[in-house]
Amino acid sequence: MSIAIELHNISKQYRLGTIGTGTLSHDLNRWWAQIRGKEDPYLKIGEENNRSEKGKSDYIWALRDINFQVESGEVLGIIGKNGAGKSTLLKILSRVTSPSTGEIRIKGRIASLLEVGTGFHPELTGRENIFLNGAIMGMTRREILSKLDEIIDFSGVERYIDTPVKRYSSGMYVRLAFGVAAHLEPEILIVDEVLAVGDAEFQKKCIGKMQDVSQKEGRTVLFVSHNMAAVKALCNSALVLKNGKVDFPKGNTDLAIQHYLKLEDELMAIPLIDRKDRQGKGNVLLSHLEFINSSGQSVGQLISGEAAEIRVHYRNRTGEAGLNNMIGILVERNDGFTVLDLSNVYTGHPYTWNKEKGYISCVLDKLPLSGGNYYIHLILWQNDSLQDWILNAGNLTVEEGDFYGTGQTSTGVKVPHKWNFS
Amino acid sequence: MSKVNEENWTLIIKPENKFWDLRLGELWAYRYLVRLFVRRDFVSTYKQTILGPLWFFVQPILSSVTFTFIFGNIAGLSTDGLPMMVFYMSGIICWSYFSECLNRTSSTFTSNAGIFGKVYFPRMIVPLSGVISNLMRLLIQFLLLILFMIYYIAIGANIHPNWAILLTPLFIVIMAGLGLGLGIIISSFTTKYRDFTFLIGFGVQLLMYASPVIFPLNEIKNPLYRTILEYNPMTPIIEGFRYAYLGAGTLSPGLLAYSAGFTAVVLVIGTVIFNKVERSFMDTV
Repeated sequence: MSIAIELHNISKQYRLGTIGTGTLSHDLNRWWAQIRGKEDPYLKIGEENNRSEKGKSDYIWALRDINFQVESGEVLGIIGKNGAGKSTLLKILSRVTSPSTGEIRIKGRIASLLEVGTGFHPELTGRENIFLNGAIMGMTRREILSKLDEIIDFSGVERYIDTPVKRYSSGMYVRLAFGVAAHLEPEILIVDEVLAVGDAEFQKKCIGKMQDVSQKEGRTVLFVSHNMAAVKALCNSALVLKNGKVDFPKGNTDLAIQHYLKLEDELMAIPLIDRKDRQGKGNVLLSHLEFINSSGQSVGQLISGEAAEIRVHYRNRTGEAGLNNMIGILVERNDGFTVLDLSNVYTGHPYTWNKEKGYISCVLDKLPLSGGNYYIHLILWQNDSLQDWILNAGNLTVEEGDFYGTGQTSTGVKVPHKWNFS
Repeated sequence: MSKVNEENWTLIIKPENKFWDLRLGELWAYRYLVRLFVRRDFVSTYKQTILGPLWFFVQPILSSVTFTFIFGNIAGLSTDGLPMMVFYMSGIICWSYFSECLNRTSSTFTSNAGIFGKVYFPRMIVPLSGVISNLMRLLIQFLLLILFMIYYIAIGANIHPNWAILLTPLFIVIMAGLGLGLGIIISSFTTKYRDFTFLIGFGVQLLMYASPVIFPLNEIKNPLYRTILEYNPMTPIIEGFRYAYLGAGTLSPGLLAYSAGFTAVVLVIGTVIFNKVERSFMDTV
């Protein structure tokens, strides 16, 4: 097998804060060093990218000394938490920005599915936009011509193909844009699933296209995702990034996923109130997460089919009661699949915060989860402002129980249901 | 490392390129994109208008009428014995081509950050296609000038087109190069320091008064002012253009050579800076 991509000591430094008059003096220093043939003085400083802690230096390393190789035909999963450097790495690979140090060698054309619809001009017709978009992504005129019919077919907008795209419905627009991207046929494809969130249909198409490209055509794929199920299903190797460094070197996908999940478990060992990886204004903070079983005891394990309560404790730092508050509890299977999405918004029960502290209980008459491990994400809102948001705030172990009262166990989410036979 | 060298890499990404490595071959590979960008500009400008490209006529006509009224009639500035309308129009057409090129090019990075942030193609494609799209507009306005010239010749006005018309391509190339070169220098600085956007806003307008757009060069007798005017690389172009098409003005080979040299230097410096900035401007824009 030949090597498709090779990274040597890739690092990327960013300057934090705003760009203003102070920048000029740094630029002059840098320029002066360059003239004397010295190394950039600011590349010697900088610290690890740990967003949650306030650092001393204005310079941070979004990526630090990344080394790996990708063989052609390999499907490599790149996993890591938000801010681990995944997107920066992809930006460097797709040449949107350049690394601060190191070198990357690439064999073959590289294209990414984040470019969908780039350069579409509303006044141009669908056909004109296919050519424009294709050319921006590096296709030659002949390539586009040979794919034109396929692209039009794929996007199903034949009737509108000579109409300006500003008259398209949003669905048609996306289909056309994706059609061009899907027919690009690069040797190396970059898929950033994290950026594609919000459009399930599109996400599905991306993954479908990826499967085609890697399995049928044997092309190289770099896949960035939070969805461990997708990584597991698609990738034949994976690596884990953490704070801009390779935390788990490229290797077996299952082991990499295990490593990633272990990182999360380590986080969960920290008491909720001390967690740093949170977002929001923080007037009210999540302080503790409890699971209460049917006999009212705080436990670490709940049983399917029995009454259960998820109790979220909070601390109010404003010292004043607050109206119109919302809470969201997301329960995820350990492969990243969301099984429960609970919120007082859905049930229409806004509540008032206590002055200092209190707790919110979500009561489930019959716990509908099957046996297994689950992660809990918590989010607090007041009116329209995010107060506190913690991913992987805790994990819940569920023991399989008698949900249906028949002694039978089932998989998936359990829902009371009836049957009619005729 | 010897094994590495044997392999045929299609692309090597490094933090810095050597400054002489301008990757002009890559530009050639993307020539089709230039064509499409030019087409896009042209089509999107006149779509959903009734007059379409005729709108390109309106600006020089209205400007010329205004200048005729203010500078010709009220201020009474000399027009070198030429009919005011064609005198101003020739100046305006040249100047607006240059300033349009400069204006458009100078916002290359800031106004295309969205597309540049998503996909790589040689960034120089954008300013290049801008200069070429403006060329279409120049040609249309040029036709307008010819129409007016024919009219004035028909009524026997003092207009003498001559052999220097053959220099037209040179004039155009210098104007385009000057606009492009200055524009890419400014656009490279604006990615970090927005100060230059303010400068370009009024700077171009002021510069027009330091060019022989509303007055002929030989009316300027003060040696200091004349020297300043002659240092302006646009001066020999506008004067030469007027000399070629209308028969009044100065065609000075020395000044023209200065102008061409100035343009070449600006273009080279601009390309080098632009190439350096395009690699990491996404971090600062």
